[in-house]
Amino acid sequence: MSAKSAHIQSERAKTSERLLQWLAGIVLTVFGIMMLLPFIWMVLSTFKPESEVLSIPPTLWPKAFTMANVNKLFVSMNFSVYLVNTLCIVAFSFLGMFMNAMAGFGFAKYNFKGGKALFYVVLATMMIPGQVTMIPVYLILNTMNLTNTMIGIILPGLVGAFGIFLFRQFMATIPDELLEAARMEGAGEFRTFLQIVLPISKPILAVQSILTFIAGWNSFLWPLIIANDEKLYSLSVGLSLLRSQSNQNFALQMAGATLMVAPIIIIFIAFQRHIIENYSTSGMK
Amino acid sequence: MRGFTAKSAPYFFIAPTLILLTLFSLLPILIALGISFTNMDLSGLADHSNIKFIGLQNYKDVLTDPIFKKAIFNTLFYVIIGVPIVIICSLSVALLINFGTSRIFKVFRVVYYLPSVTNVVAVAVVWFYLYNPTFGLLNYLLKLVHLGPVPWLTHPIVAKISLILLALWRAIGLNMIIFIAGLQGIPKSYYEAAQLDGAKHWQQLWYITIPMLRYAIFFVSITTMIGWLQFFEEPFIMTQGGPLDSTTSVALFIYRNGFQFSHFGYAAAGSFVLFFAIIIVTLVQFRFQSKDTTM
Repeated sequence: MSAKSAHIQSERAKTSERLLQWLAGIVLTVFGIMMLLPFIWMVLSTFKPESEVLSIPPTLWPKAFTMANVNKLFVSMNFSVYLVNTLCIVAFSFLGMFMNAMAGFGFAKYNFKGGKALFYVVLATMMIPGQVTMIPVYLILNTMNLTNTMIGIILPGLVGAFGIFLFRQFMATIPDELLEAARMEGAGEFRTFLQIVLPISKPILAVQSILTFIAGWNSFLWPLIIANDEKLYSLSVGLSLLRSQSNQNFALQMAGATLMVAPIIIIFIAFQRHIIENYSTSGMK
Repeated sequence: MRGFTAKSAPYFFIAPTLILLTLFSLLPILIALGISFTNMDLSGLADHSNIKFIGLQNYKDVLTDPIFKKAIFNTLFYVIIGVPIVIICSLSVALLINFGTSRIFKVFRVVYYLPSVTNVVAVAVVWFYLYNPTFGLLNYLLKLVHLGPVPWLTHPIVAKISLILLALWRAIGLNMIIFIAGLQGIPKSYYEAAQLDGAKHWQQLWYITIPMLRYAIFFVSITTMIGWLQFFEEPFIMTQGGPLDSTTSVALFIYRNGFQFSHFGYAAAGSFVLFFAIIIVTLVQFRFQSKDTTM
């Protein structure tokens, strides 16, 4: 008798557990749709003609599917220039990543005078807010005659303490014997780095590449401050200009936003496991 | 590593980054401090002999500037409303996702994380459209359920909350991931023991999960608070600080004085006030944390 009631009790616990699971799923779905709503609305509006975007009540699905907005961005506006500039920034930020990797290796695998102290200095730069540095950096670039040039846009954000830190943490786990062996074979330090260390560091390189791409693609503050000329605008700066110039032309604005967001969403979904795991392991330790 | 390696090798590896960090992170701090005591502006930029040392005048002026005071009030508003909301929302989402056993919950992780990686300018443009009083989706949806139009970006208080909503939407993802990582680090045996003692779900949450997440909550609250203190892009794109400077943040105030009015010295003084605020907030948080962990 008591065995039976215990059985009923555990059955009941199981059903309530399953009910709770469903409840959690439903709550997450409802809020998840709200999270995605801006993206859905952005993409759908991209393909609506200008008049449809301003219709009341709004239509959900584009009635007359059009590519006119996307075309307009590239034909009558400067978005092809912005795109090239943004890709240029992205390309250089990979050079920055390489420099971060070099510094990470230097800090991880050499015992040298002042090494520890310098590493702390590097970490301390993470605490400096961008608002404090942005004016002096502008002044420094101005004395170097680099304002309103691509180099001036790229230089301030080229290297970063967080990247150096992540590379150092990873490269510290590479066994010294491996490097010693390479040296015995007569490989120079830089060759050891290129041919032994970098290939071993593939996992961290993969994560850093994705993050570097995203950061470069999204770069906003330095192009905004350093570029006076539309010829040097990045997509972000161009889009914020479009926003302030075409107040009611929402279809065009949404086309610009989609152009910026869609590649990132695709890359993110393709590599989401690496990115999320990187944060969950490196973020908390 | 032993002595036979080239002595200069480590310096060769770290030199390029150190030069750049010195030039664009460390040196700027000194320059900012220096020019915050001068009347540096466009004429000073053209000819350095126009720069005059004016002592603490910029600090006196900025601290009595009504717009700066307003910006401080707004920033405090963002911090006080924003930080708890971000923590509660991302912790709730993390708990729900971690609770789920089905594979669909992995999809939720991606969905909730997605806004964090997207471009802030692009999403601000999208939200500006959603918030539009006449053509925006949000007011249309409210009308469907017979609720009046909300003046999303035109009412001084509502506009601040609208910006917080946008920033919250972007902030949930990353913090949720940090909380999930923390949740997965809690030993299962704690819950099993609690269940044997007959602890209910909410009791387990309150007496095991939350205390065990102390470090994650600390980490998220400190980074979120610093983030809100530097709140910039959202008001810059959506409202330009309006209506009547009711959404101007301290960071936007600094940007505007520095790059639109070219009052470099004045803006640098403002940026140091912000810097001190960040340092103080961080120290206070660490104080609380170290008291907390001595238990």
